[in-house]
Amino acid sequence: MAESFAFELVSPEKLLLSEQAMQVVVPGTEGYFTVMANHAPVMATMKPGVVEVELESGDKKRILIRGGFADVSPDGLTLLAEYAADLADFDIEELNQQIKNASEDAQDADSDIKRDKAQLILSQLEDAKSAIEQTN
Amino acid sequence: MPSLKDLKNRISSVTATQKITKAMQMVAAAKLRRAQMAAEEARPYSERMAKVMANISSAMEGREGVSPLMAGTGSDQVHLLIVATAERGLCGGFNSSIAKMAREMTRRLQGEGKQVKLFMVGKKGVDAMKMEFSSLMVEKVDFREVKRIDFANAEGVGKKILSMFEEGEFDVCTLFYSEFQNIMTQIPTAQQLIPAIAPQKEEGEGSEVFYEYEPDEEEILSELLPRNISVQVFRALLENGASEQGARMSAMDSATRNAGEMIDALTLSYNRQRQAQITKELIEIISGAEAL
Repeated sequence: MAESFAFELVSPEKLLLSEQAMQVVVPGTEGYFTVMANHAPVMATMKPGVVEVELESGDKKRILIRGGFADVSPDGLTLLAEYAADLADFDIEELNQQIKNASEDAQDADSDIKRDKAQLILSQLEDAKSAIEQTN
Repeated sequence: MPSLKDLKNRISSVTATQKITKAMQMVAAAKLRRAQMAAEEARPYSERMAKVMANISSAMEGREGVSPLMAGTGSDQVHLLIVATAERGLCGGFNSSIAKMAREMTRRLQGEGKQVKLFMVGKKGVDAMKMEFSSLMVEKVDFREVKRIDFANAEGVGKKILSMFEEGEFDVCTLFYSEFQNIMTQIPTAQQLIPAIAPQKEEGEGSEVFYEYEPDEEEILSELLPRNISVQVFRALLENGASEQGARMSAMDSATRNAGEMIDALTLSYNRQRQAQITKELIEIISGAEAL
């Protein structure tokens, strides 16, 4: 039996999850990585994607996040997410709407910098969508 | 001497006012609970954020090429003051104490020959300061239409601050808001946002841990610092929200009590006057009967 570790997911609005977890898959900017107990301390940025949590109780949770930071310390894993929603009660329509908004932003952008930024957000949202579709 | 009718009118109007202040107090109490909860729920994020910041800034210590958000622009000639107040009045000294603090700071900076720009969040602050400093206001934001402040609102403010900073419009940025202590006390606070004051690591707290960074420290820091601005603004707005309701609650409580005292006094003089009138009429009747 593997060890469990403290896992916390916080968004600016509130503490979403604080439980013991067996394993957490984090969507890092430079690739997904899995955190288990006694992971070496890492600080990483996250891209939009799906966090997969396996709780100590054996329950699995899949949570969509839109960027943020992951902090793996000896005490456990803390995810600072900009936005987080449990996929169990998540509306794919909402994401589609956001993608639509982002693509409109990209088209309306009046400077290269803005356009690049909108494109980046758009591609990240699409990544998130494909991540959801893959895991479904 | 007001007539009986006048007194009666005054009593009923004060009673109506008392009902209003009582209702406002109860509404504020309900809103306060919600605002306080929101402020408390947001606390873990900013605490974790501060921890991450402390970690990274200690890793970056003594290195070159630190972002100007942290190191400053090397000058402190132009100050941006962000003054966050409420949208509504009738909340005791809440708005005026924030405005007063900002006004003192503005005068002091101007006295030192610095340039001051004002970024007003909330309508009441604008009202309080426009007499004197309307020419300094570069930006105004109000959340009158927003029912519940969420992170997106704060992010909007944060982004404006950042784009102004990137365009070199100011060197130092200070945020004014009111920290919620409890219902009776709210402390007007000034907090420096840019250059960021790195939170100090607590003694012996994981200091010997060697972190790996992915991507490297600089890149993380360059993402973290702008976010930190938004987080601080968000925290300030939430603290303000709770403070506002707390201040309103206690202001309305004393207004209700005051109205009660006024009603008592008015009722007393009303009764006295009525009695005087009855006595007067009796005297008239008796003296009329005696004259016969």
